[in-house]
Amino acid sequence: MIDFIKGTLIIVGALLMLLAAVGLLRLPDLLTRMHATTKAAALGVILMMLAVAMHFAEVSVAARAFAIIVFIILTAPVAAHVIGRAGYFVGSKLWSGTVKDELRPNYDPLTHELKSGMETQENAKRQPRDADPD
Amino acid sequence: MDHVILISQVIMSLALILVFVRIVRGPSLPDRVVALELFSTTIVGLVAVYTIKTGVASFLDAAIVIALMGFLASIGFARFLERGGPRDD
Repeated sequence: MIDFIKGTLIIVGALLMLLAAVGLLRLPDLLTRMHATTKAAALGVILMMLAVAMHFAEVSVAARAFAIIVFIILTAPVAAHVIGRAGYFVGSKLWSGTVKDELRPNYDPLTHELKSGMETQENAKRQPRDADPD
Repeated sequence: MDHVILISQVIMSLALILVFVRIVRGPSLPDRVVALELFSTTIVGLVAVYTIKTGVASFLDAAIVIALMGFLASIGFARFLERGGPRDD
């Protein structure tokens, strides 16, 4: 029974990694490629580490496997965020079928200045509040 | 169990080949950085399968180090891109 569960976890993890690789190869631009790789590959590694922990069934090995799982969960979104940000700033082209890019009209890539579209003279005035110290 | 491990190794090798095609073809440097990160993640999976195959739990330490190196490499590449270093892609 435990062999069956282990085998299922390993095969599903490997298939998720293959899915991530196919997505990386087939999708049209940087952001969609990142969306394919980050989630699928992280889930694949998590399933495989679960299989390792079940295979050895010792505390020390299971602790290391869970350390890898926590590490992957912590680092995969951070790395994806950093690469996506850098790719946007460098100016990688978006897919031609992209519907909306909300950052484009409000952001100046030369000065890194970000606007909200609400910068009127009226909004720039300071509104005094009750909680302010006199 | 041996067959399962062999099949999963074949599947992950195929994934590595596909990722390598993207590294060679990738139109810009950020695409290649994404592909390299997926490469390191797939190798972590291969090391996990190899750990099960051999029964030597010390290989997990290698998996931790590979995951760490992949993360730091992608962070470093992203810093390099944002600082605007010399590029040829």
